[in-house]
Order: sequence, then C-alpha cells, then structure tokens
Amino acid sequence: MTDCIIEKYIPIIGLEVHAQLITKRKIFAPEAAVYGALPNTYTSAITLAHPGTLPSINQAAIVQAIKLGLSCQANITTYNHFDRKNYCYPDLTKGYQITQNSTPIASKGFIKIQTSDTKEKKITLTRIHLEEDTGKSLYNISPGEGLIDYNRAGTPLIEIVTDPVISSGEEAYQYLKTLRKLLRHLDICDGNMEEGSLRCDANISVMKKGDTKWGTKVEVKNMNSMRHVELAIQYEIKRQVEILQKNENIMSATRMYNATTGKTVHMRKKETANDYRYFPEPDISPIVIEKKWLESIQAQMPLLPEQWLEKLINTYQLSTYDAQNILEDKHLAAYYEAVCTDITYYKTAANWILGPIKSYLNEKNIPIQAYPLQTSTVTAIIRLIEEENVHFSIVVQKIHPILLKKTTKTPLEVAKSLGVWQTLDEEKNLQTTIQKILNQHIAKVKTYQNGKKGLLGFFMGKIMQATKGKVNPKKANDVLKTCIENHSCAADEGLR
Amino acid sequence: MLAAHHYFFIVINQSFQKNLQNHIQNIQQKDHNAFVNLYFEEAQKKAKALDEKQQKKESIGKMTGKIIGLKDLFCYQDHPVQACSKILQGFIAQIQATAVQRLLDEDAIIIGHQNCDEFGMGASNENSIFGPVLHPTHDNYTPGGSSGGSAVAVKKNMCSIALGTDTGGSVRQPAAFCGVIGLKPTYARISRHGVIAYASSLDTVGILSKSIQSIQQTLTVVAGQDIWDNTVSRKPVPVYTNPIQEDKKKMRIAYIKEMMMGDILQTSVQKQTKYTIEKMKKLGYRVDEISFPYLSYVLPTYHIISNAEASTNLARYDGVRYGYRTKNYTNLEEMYTKTRTEGFGKEVKRRILLGTFVLTAERYRQYFLKAQKVRRLVQDYFLKIFQSYDYIITPTTPTTAFAHEAYSKNPQKMYSTDLYTVPASLAGIPAIALPNGADHKGLPISIQLMAPFFEEHRLLHFAEHLMEINVVDGGL
Repeated sequence: MTDCIIEKYIPIIGLEVHAQLITKRKIFAPEAAVYGALPNTYTSAITLAHPGTLPSINQAAIVQAIKLGLSCQANITTYNHFDRKNYCYPDLTKGYQITQNSTPIASKGFIKIQTSDTKEKKITLTRIHLEEDTGKSLYNISPGEGLIDYNRAGTPLIEIVTDPVISSGEEAYQYLKTLRKLLRHLDICDGNMEEGSLRCDANISVMKKGDTKWGTKVEVKNMNSMRHVELAIQYEIKRQVEILQKNENIMSATRMYNATTGKTVHMRKKETANDYRYFPEPDISPIVIEKKWLESIQAQMPLLPEQWLEKLINTYQLSTYDAQNILEDKHLAAYYEAVCTDITYYKTAANWILGPIKSYLNEKNIPIQAYPLQTSTVTAIIRLIEEENVHFSIVVQKIHPILLKKTTKTPLEVAKSLGVWQTLDEEKNLQTTIQKILNQHIAKVKTYQNGKKGLLGFFMGKIMQATKGKVNPKKANDVLKTCIENHSCAADEGLR
Repeated sequence: MLAAHHYFFIVINQSFQKNLQNHIQNIQQKDHNAFVNLYFEEAQKKAKALDEKQQKKESIGKMTGKIIGLKDLFCYQDHPVQACSKILQGFIAQIQATAVQRLLDEDAIIIGHQNCDEFGMGASNENSIFGPVLHPTHDNYTPGGSSGGSAVAVKKNMCSIALGTDTGGSVRQPAAFCGVIGLKPTYARISRHGVIAYASSLDTVGILSKSIQSIQQTLTVVAGQDIWDNTVSRKPVPVYTNPIQEDKKKMRIAYIKEMMMGDILQTSVQKQTKYTIEKMKKLGYRVDEISFPYLSYVLPTYHIISNAEASTNLARYDGVRYGYRTKNYTNLEEMYTKTRTEGFGKEVKRRILLGTFVLTAERYRQYFLKAQKVRRLVQDYFLKIFQSYDYIITPTTPTTAFAHEAYSKNPQKMYSTDLYTVPASLAGIPAIALPNGADHKGLPISIQLMAPFFEEHRLLHFAEHLMEINVVDGGL
C-alpha cells in the first residue's frame, strides 16, 4: 500500500503500560518479588491466598506511584481505596485482583516527548493506578499440563494509561523511551521489557481524515520491546487502513503481536465487556494521602530528567548533545557532577566520561556504579590534562589502564612513573626537538612554506616518533607551526 | 498481672491438669457433636508444663490454664481447619490467627476446633459437613449458629471460653439459644488475621463464655492493633477487668419499640424482656422507648452486603492450590465447576450465587450500592441514638431455639432469627447477649445490650452489674 493512502487516515493510539515497582516486598505480602528465582519459592500464605489471610499494604508502593504522578504533574488522589476485580484464572490466587478502579492514585498529567530534533509533544495521561501482578502460567514445560509459578503474584504494579493522543508507532516508541527513562530515573521500575517488568498494550484505531467518528478499536498485546511496540502499531495501522479501503469493517478484538512475522494475529473477539464485578476491597482501609505526606514525598523528589538536562546545559555549559548523552543514565550524570565538584573544566570532564569511561563500561558491559575509579581520581585526571598539560590521548592510552589496575595510585604518580610528566611537555625541549627535525628536512619545510600545508602531518609524525608519543599533540602542533613558519631555510642551507 | 478472681482460684486449687481433665471428661461423656477436632494430648502436655511452672513459682500468662475452644474458622498453625466445609478437606493451617497466638502467648490451653455452619453461613449449625450440633439440653433442638458448637461446648463445660465469629449474629444467637454469654465487640476491635472470611466488612471475632470476667480477660488479650490486618483499630485496648467508676443508676437506657412487637416475636421472649425492663424501671433506672425505623430493611441490606463479599471471598476455593479437588475432570473449567459444586454446601452456593448477582454491572447500583447506603443510614441512626442513650436493650433473638430441620427448607424464616442481631452488625457497634430466663420448654431466653463504638469496657461492666442486681439472671 502506498503511503499516500495511509496519509488519508488518522491513527488514534492509546497505550496502557504496566510497570513492576522496585520495592523490598510485595504489595500485600511480606516476601520479596524476585525475577528468575526457582518457581514458587517466593510465595507466602498471603500470596497463595490461604484461608484467613489478609492483604497488608506496602506503603513503599504507594510512595512510588505518587512519585511518578508528581513527576508527570498529575493530580494526586487524596482519598484512595482499592477495588476487587473479580475473574477466575489459576494464576490469580484469590479469584480477584486487588486494583484501583474508581480512585486511581493519580489522574491527568502528561509526559513530554521529542517527536523530532526540534518538536515536542505532550502525551497526556488518563490515569496512573496501583494493582498487584498475577502469577505466571507455564504451558510449554510439561505436555498436557499447565504449571503455575506464583513468585510473580503480588508484585506491585502501576498501570499508566495515556489518553488516545498518540498518532504513530514512532511516537509510541518515543513515549515509551521517555517513560522508561523517567521510571528508571525515579528508581520506580527497572524498565526491562524482555523480563516483563515493563509491559505495554496498545489500543489502535484509524479514521479517515475529516471524519468525526472514531474507528473501531483493536487492542494489541505481547510486545516484548519498545521496537516491537513501534512495529506492531505500524503494522496494525496498515492492516486497518487496508480493511477500510476495501470498505470492510474492523472487528473489535484483542490481537497478539508476533515478533517473528512482524504481524498481529487475532486472539479473541471483544463482543461484550467482561463483567469484573468491581467493588471496594473491604480488607484494606481507605488510604488518605494527607497534605503533609504528599509534601514530604515532594521534598524527596530527585531532579527530573528535563530539569537535570537544563542544569547540565546551563551550569556546566555542555552542548545539548553531550548533556543528553550524559543523562542517558542518571548514575552517569551523577558521576559527572561529582567529578566536576572542584573543577571548572566541564567540557574536558564530559569528554572524558563520554569517551574513555563509556567505552570501558561498554567493553566490560558494566554500569557506572561498577567503574573502579573514584570520582576524585577522575577529577585528578582532568587536572592532569588541563593543568599539567599531559595530553588527553596519553592519559587514555597509558595512564588510564594503569589506574584501573592500581586504583589507589593518583594519576600524577602514574604520570611521573611513566615519565610522561615533567620532561616532555616543557616547551624548550619540544622546541629543540622540533628544530632538529625541521633542519633534517629543509626541502619539505620549503615546500610547506610555499603553500603545501598538508605537510604538517608529516612533521607531526616525525615529532611523535622522536618523542615516542609522550607529547601533547596540540602543543606540538602549535610549536611546530610557529617554528616552521619562522624557519629560515637559506641559513640552514648555507650551514649545510 | 492476674486479677484475682473466683475462676482463677478454682484452677489453682485443682491444678491445671485436673481442670483440663474435667473438661475432657465432659467432652467424652457427651460431645453433642460440638467438636470437629480435639487436641487432648497437646493440651495435657501444656497443662502439665503449666503445673510445673506454677510449682516453680515462675511467672505465668494472663490466660494460664484457661481451656479454649476455637470455631472451625480460626487458623491454629499446623492444625487442620476447614470451615466445616468439604472444600477445605485436609487443609492444615500454615498461619496462626492473631487472636489464637495472643491467647497462646498468655498460656491458654486450646482443646479443639468446634463445629459451625459452613464458612459461618447459617443460624442453626445444620450446614456443616460434620453434621448438626445438638442443643445442650434439648437434643431435638438446634443450638443456633453459626457458632453452634462453641456455644454448646461452653454451656456444657467442655471449654471455659470459645472464640467464635459474628457476622450477623453468629455468636450472640447461639449464645442466646444455649444460655451462655456471647460478646460481639466493635468491628475492627480484634484482628481478623487467620480467621476464615465470610463477609469482610461484617466479620467480627466474638467471645463466648459463662463468665463476664473471662470475656473481659480474653478481650484484653486478643484485642488491638495487628500488622497482619490493616483494618484493625489502633485505638488503645483497656484492661477490661479494671473497674469503672460511674454511677450505674445514671445510665440512660433505650429499648427499641419495633423489636418488642410483631408476629415474629415469641410471646415468652416478649414477656421476659418486658419484665426485665419493668424491673429496671422499678429500681430507678431511666429506660425509654425509642423507634428504629429501619428494622424492615436490615435483613435485605445485610444479605446483599454479606453475600456480595462472600461471593468473592470464597472465589479462592477453586481446587488449584489446596483443599478439595474433584476426581474427574478433563479441562480447567470442568475442574473448577465440579470442585466447587461438590465442595460447597447448598447454603454456601446459594449465597455465592446471590452475591455474584448483586455485584454484576447491571445490578450493582440497584442492590449493592443501595445496601451500602442503607447501612450508612443504620450506622448514623445508631450514632444519633447514642447521643441521648448509653445502652440499647433488646431481645437477642425473636424466639428461643427451634427444632432441627424446622427451618431448613425455609431460608427466609432461618434468616429472620438474625433480625435483632443484624442491626449492631451493620452498624459495627458492640453488643452482648446475656442469658435471661427460659421459656415454658426450658429453652433459654436472652437479652441483648448494645453500646456505642469501642465502649466494650463500659458495656461489660454494665452487663455484670445487671446480673449482680438480679435484673438479668446470666444463666446461673
């Protein structure tokens, strides 16, 4: 199908995201929620819904949800209660899920996304509410049997529902990327879609431009990465437009995304809405979020990604590009700020972090928290470069690897032991060396003076050779230029 | 530590083992089908240890040597519990009910689990997988329910205290039918942790005994905050045995007009209650007649709310993780259907179906929401009454005990025996049933006292006072 046909339609997309909260214990039970543990080893009597057990609410989950609400500038609900959502399935132990139907903990609010380098869009939210995760049904392990792992049952979840304001797969991708960054930034959720700690369902419909009535909605599930969400939406839009082009009707249904084929597959019809018989959960007292409590949570809120970006640009004079790269990971940004506590060589510090440190982390596949050097050591490295004129590349190639092995040494000590400090960067020595080289290649100096500036590289190579690379190339370059331009070839010729 | 009172001295003089043996003998003589599980051996060990402790003059708990029976809804860790239902066949409790733990911590002796209506649903103790319980004095009669086994066991000295549950009258009504004292405290006074749920917003742990002091002691021990039940009140728990300095003569007492008349009310109960009120007036108490205009709405309201909650509380009994599972099934749906069809009794199934119905999206507003509103009206009305009165006095039940199978084909009639107990349940206020004479057949009559929220302390002392001045006979 051609893009111009698709352009005659407006896609209307809303996303429902489930995020598992990072808390020490489950939302209503005392045990931890651990991913990947031996099946049914994190299952208390409460989780298994033994007779006589009652839910006891984990306050930390409430605080996490409020934090997200606040950072999206949503309205925080003062008077909260939980509801029972009744349905039966073996992975749901109580026969109902405890959720918030009528009083979501936060409503309205928005998340700003970048739709292109210059454009921003506000994705408005309908609601954020708390609920519990179910167990996991496993059908592929033992033929003819369904096995259930209840470790996941009772993991705290927040569901974040957008208004139907997303208009493309790309926007959905950007929204998820921004949301995930925010969740990670707030330490609310680790955002791992493959492990299912972040899950996304999409509601998709299309309507012809100029129409006022929305098209029939289709829900798409089973997308295990942000890319899949984007692709699934793109596929679904095409599919729906094709159907409408044939003057056929779209069936209200739930469809599964198949990552192998890149297609969505019909799962079940949505004839009538399920009757979940919602009613207020009588086993949990209503939760009132008093002003004082809200204020104390507000006071604990970290700088939000957007505010932090501004700070990096304004306080540290970084380019938007560098600032964004540093803020990819909030721990990296925090590390950067710590390095910059006592120095003002912000750009060099940024280069150091985005250069050698990041490549080290990538190579070892570790987070910044596992990087062996203390921030004070990195500060000393920046000083070595800026104040002692040891060149960046020398530090990268020679000093950094030693420091990583001997973390107690200071960069200056290593520089001294290597002999790269003290002698090499003294200008006099450098000048003598350069003069010597120039004198050995008078013909080339002349050619240079006659306009073949490219020869500078040749001389630089000779300088590096002579100094065994222990020279600051920028400095050498400067001195070389001065020397070569002022070189009197005739006199030297005469001497010869 | 221990309030020195009558019962305690008997125990010391006879030794804990001797006292236990007396109770065991009573059970062995004729148990009326009051117990579903007995723990004699454990109890004897514990009694022996307590005797030794006593001899060595070591400090002992506040409930030392008291023989306790548990309704078959209380989880007693590592002991069977099955709510007198087939669906929990073979289930062993992995948790300990908070109330049970607190009694054990104070050196109480638990003698066994007691028969009741399945999941506490019933008023005659005839809905039990273990069969009906016999009335303590009239074998052909029911002991009431749902805590029927507990009331009988207390009456016949098979235990001195029983923990029951009262959702709409399940402690007070059997106490009335059997001639013992039954307290339903304020909702949320005692933790429900480890108590098998029927209707969460109404379920209240209650205490049955022949002695007010035992009830006071037990309540002091079991009441109060609990990390496992976030609905429990954080209000401090008084020592209920401590005396209260107040002029009892100045108490303002009301009786409810609508509960003193009507076809449903048995003449002997009406007469006895009237007589008691007159006696009080003669002694100089102020007793006024008041109206409670919502009486005809309380039963439908109660049944809508309790059935709705029960329908989802019992959803967990699906045969997947524990308890009974049908033998023959080929798929999940069949397993569910057969397990629940075979596992639940008739009354339980009736309530699950009705409760499911009133929660459907189509009926929610018409039934459930409306019932919640009426419940609030009832609550507000009681609050208003208690602005002018300290206590409300009513008959506990409209009739004395009825014969076995008399109402088993007429659920409406069965439900109506809760008419006078349900109002306090809906409101959540404390109420106590006190034995007060007998009808011409010798079946006990009972009087109910209701008090404002969390006024158990005053309520218990006032009840004791009424017995002391012989206004109420207390069954003794």
